[in-house]
Amino acid sequence: MTVQHKKVKIDKEVIAQHGLTDAEYKKICRILKRKPNIVELGMYSVLWSEHCSYKSSKPLLKLFPTRGSHVLQGPGENAGIVDIGDGLAIAMKIESHNHPSAVEPYQGAATGVGGIVRDVFTMGARPVASLNSLRFGPLSDPRNRYLFSGVVAGIAGYGNCLGLPTVAGEVYFDESYSGNCLVNAMCVGIVRTDGPPVNVEGQVQEDEFGPAIVKASAGNSGNSVLYVGSATGRDGIHGATFASVELDEKSEEKRPSVQVGDPFTEKMLIEACMELIRTGYVVGMQDMGAAGMTSSSSEMASRSGVGIEIDLAKVPLREENMSAYEIMLSESQERMLVVSKKGAEAKVKKIFAKYGLHAIKIGKVTKDKNLKVKIGSKTVAKVPAESLADNAPVYERKSRRSSYLSSVQKLNLKKIKLKKGNYNAEFLKLLSSPNIANKAWVYEQYDHMVQINTLVLPGKADASVLRVKGTPNKIALTVDGNGKYCYLDPITGGKIAVAEAARNLICSGATPIALTNCLNFGNPEKPEIFYQFEQVVLGMVKACEMFNVPVISGNVSFYNESFGNPIMPTPVIGMLGLITGKDGKEAPHTTMGFKHVGDIVVLLGVNREELGGSEYLEVVHKQKAGMPPQIDLAFELQLQQACLKMIKSGIINSAHDVSEGGLAVCLAESLAYAENGVAGLGASVSEELREDALLFGESQSRIVVSLHPDNIFALRGLLTDVNIPYSIIGKVGGNSLEIVSEGKKLINVDTQKIKDAYFKSIPASMGG
Amino acid sequence: MKFGIVIFPGSNCERDCYHVIKNVLHQPVEYIWHADTELADFSCIILPGGFSYGDYLRAGAIAHFANIMEKIKEFAENGGYVIGICNGFQILTESGLLPGALQRNRDLKFICKNIPLRVENTKTPFTSRYQEGQVVNIPVAHMEGNYTVDKKKLASMKKSGQIIFRYCNAEGEVDEASNPNGSIANIAGICNRKKNVIGMMPHPERVSEKELGCDDGVHIFLAILENMLKVK
Repeated sequence: MTVQHKKVKIDKEVIAQHGLTDAEYKKICRILKRKPNIVELGMYSVLWSEHCSYKSSKPLLKLFPTRGSHVLQGPGENAGIVDIGDGLAIAMKIESHNHPSAVEPYQGAATGVGGIVRDVFTMGARPVASLNSLRFGPLSDPRNRYLFSGVVAGIAGYGNCLGLPTVAGEVYFDESYSGNCLVNAMCVGIVRTDGPPVNVEGQVQEDEFGPAIVKASAGNSGNSVLYVGSATGRDGIHGATFASVELDEKSEEKRPSVQVGDPFTEKMLIEACMELIRTGYVVGMQDMGAAGMTSSSSEMASRSGVGIEIDLAKVPLREENMSAYEIMLSESQERMLVVSKKGAEAKVKKIFAKYGLHAIKIGKVTKDKNLKVKIGSKTVAKVPAESLADNAPVYERKSRRSSYLSSVQKLNLKKIKLKKGNYNAEFLKLLSSPNIANKAWVYEQYDHMVQINTLVLPGKADASVLRVKGTPNKIALTVDGNGKYCYLDPITGGKIAVAEAARNLICSGATPIALTNCLNFGNPEKPEIFYQFEQVVLGMVKACEMFNVPVISGNVSFYNESFGNPIMPTPVIGMLGLITGKDGKEAPHTTMGFKHVGDIVVLLGVNREELGGSEYLEVVHKQKAGMPPQIDLAFELQLQQACLKMIKSGIINSAHDVSEGGLAVCLAESLAYAENGVAGLGASVSEELREDALLFGESQSRIVVSLHPDNIFALRGLLTDVNIPYSIIGKVGGNSLEIVSEGKKLINVDTQKIKDAYFKSIPASMGG
Repeated sequence: MKFGIVIFPGSNCERDCYHVIKNVLHQPVEYIWHADTELADFSCIILPGGFSYGDYLRAGAIAHFANIMEKIKEFAENGGYVIGICNGFQILTESGLLPGALQRNRDLKFICKNIPLRVENTKTPFTSRYQEGQVVNIPVAHMEGNYTVDKKKLASMKKSGQIIFRYCNAEGEVDEASNPNGSIANIAGICNRKKNVIGMMPHPERVSEKELGCDDGVHIFLAILENMLKVK
């Protein structure tokens, strides 16, 4: 039953409680030409929150390139869409669920997956892959272990139940995430661009892919507005405002702001929506995500330049005596708003009933451009839809170079003594450090094979590769970010984040075609934090332009601070690559493991004396300092194109990019995943660099490949043509990894020891 | 001569099985809706993996009350081939078509990985293409795969050749270290006394194409097909 809200006097305190400034309140009064009532105030407060309105980030986000020949839908919809040919397109988006996960890790992470999956299937796409990027404090702290295991279990619990494979991800640990973990969930779906398949009798048939692209628009007046999915409860009320404040000791009290997920209902929603879209009755759909009913109705109306009128008395409720305020702000999960053609309601209902779900007509599309909320015949809120969805204030935040930068960028390498003996101990310590060690403990909890498209299993390559059934094409997916580089030099960090994601796809044999990003930062009202955001975005923009990879969707998460301490600036890039087949035949993809004894190992690119921001410096010498490795984007692009050309020509047996832990770790990983009984490598590198920089420095634009000796000539030809420096560094064979420089054995470790350090570290920290 | 794949609300491997039957085996296959009360003319019924009814209550517990299960019981009693994979195995034990039960994994975590299995009995319509003692790699993906049955029943199952697959190491040795979920006697798959109903936690449909790195699993479907032809 719906109840009238008791009269609330709107005073300064109530306005402040809603997270609105005086100026924002005055703007609302100007729009309405009167004072808002409490329901309207609640609606504005959520839609004008940072989380929903992007009021601090909008001016900078406009700088991202968003167009390209593949792009069918850029930012601004539930998810972005790119064409992959053969009548198919990919829908994808990444989103944060940081604060809910910090308070209740299992449900916070689970509902993060649920929300992003709804964003993808409301576009008409069938979800085919899930990815995630996670950040926690060090595993030495039991609370961080609790958050880590809870988040992983939550992602697993939700995604596995949906039958959605979680195919790739990344996890990093750093003290700055201790009070504020990051949970960024990404979903990828496939949708037909040529309409659903039809059989000989002319009936529309079910198939592997989403039937047709659907947008979150209301269409014309007269269309019906239907509520589908779970009933509405009081969970998550003010979730969006909650995502826009810093965490403190009171955050635990906000547990009711965290929603509870029901993956089974979501699975039913996916199937019902796929079936519904095939009928052609759907005009538009939108997830009731942050600010549930308010955001979905106002955004759909605003996009079509129309109004929506809804009657809350018809909304299915899970709890007694809910007020209009609560219903409009509830963030109960697994609910969607569907706009159908007038007269199709009965057909929509029948499809949803088959899956045991509600589909109730709660209103209609109107001409007057207002969002009108009624309870029976009484109007409880009436505001211009556009003012909620699109007219939030935009702020040009102040930016000031962060004061910590000058001190942390200083690094005196002379104080770090080189060793007389070998670096075996340092090497093993790095391999077992949680940021580098293998993450099977995580991905073996995720079903990463269901839907039987996963050609490259997690861990085995720099990106995941999936087949697209019925076509000779494959897609490659990766998610990447390096908070430390961004902390030490935001603009360089931004460039590297994009460059590394692209390099990962290249190493799998794919051409990068689009990206989605999740930008995690502290409080943007602090000029030194906003500086980080601005610089990271500028760096990313440069890289996107250089690699010609458009941004098709994304999410910004500010206020990631606890007790006033910000997280390291952490942009996370989800990137999509394409491996296009030719004449019905598939093109090759690559993995990082060495394949055959006797293969030659070649390093593409140049080793430089760059130890700033390295894992080595932090793990072995306890310093988070220096300038991160520099990156020349034009050279990076040339290197990537050359590598891709070699993979396509079929001369390469493995490819792996050099990243955290440097060259030594890169070679160790290729050994850890070696195939056909390969168990060792003898490498020799001579450069006039510090030995530790040679082994563990994280210079950019480097890729290690292996190939049959007969192919060296072809490789030489390819690389000389484009002027890419390379060096032959070793030969696959033996039972250990040996790295020699200038006659000195820098590393000589049994491969079994390497595997033990690399594979057993995280399970040991987590107690199995 | 047709395969049928049952869809319960929450099934999520039905498309994978469909793909293997249709595009790898090139055989006729149809979906069967859980609420149906009639069963068409099938030669083999597949209960696919997933989370029927969300696995709320207990994995497979609600699905066994689905309308279609009455018909599937009749089908099995008449000697029809039934294969339950993962959640399908759980449904078969819940409905009494197979003995024992599947509990939460020993470590209380979901496990998804490739795993070696030892083929224990090849005298079934599902395993006739394997050699006894052969090691096959078929992945598991489950939260409740910890098989249990009382000792007396286990002894009689052993005696009557109802134990089909056991978790083992790469060399085919069945030991505790190779047991991913705590199953009694490392059991990964079993059949009924008549050997026309099989349940297994590992997913053969996930390793039925060389393209996916391994096709050890396709031999189960091929064996069913060969034996269907013989029965006919």
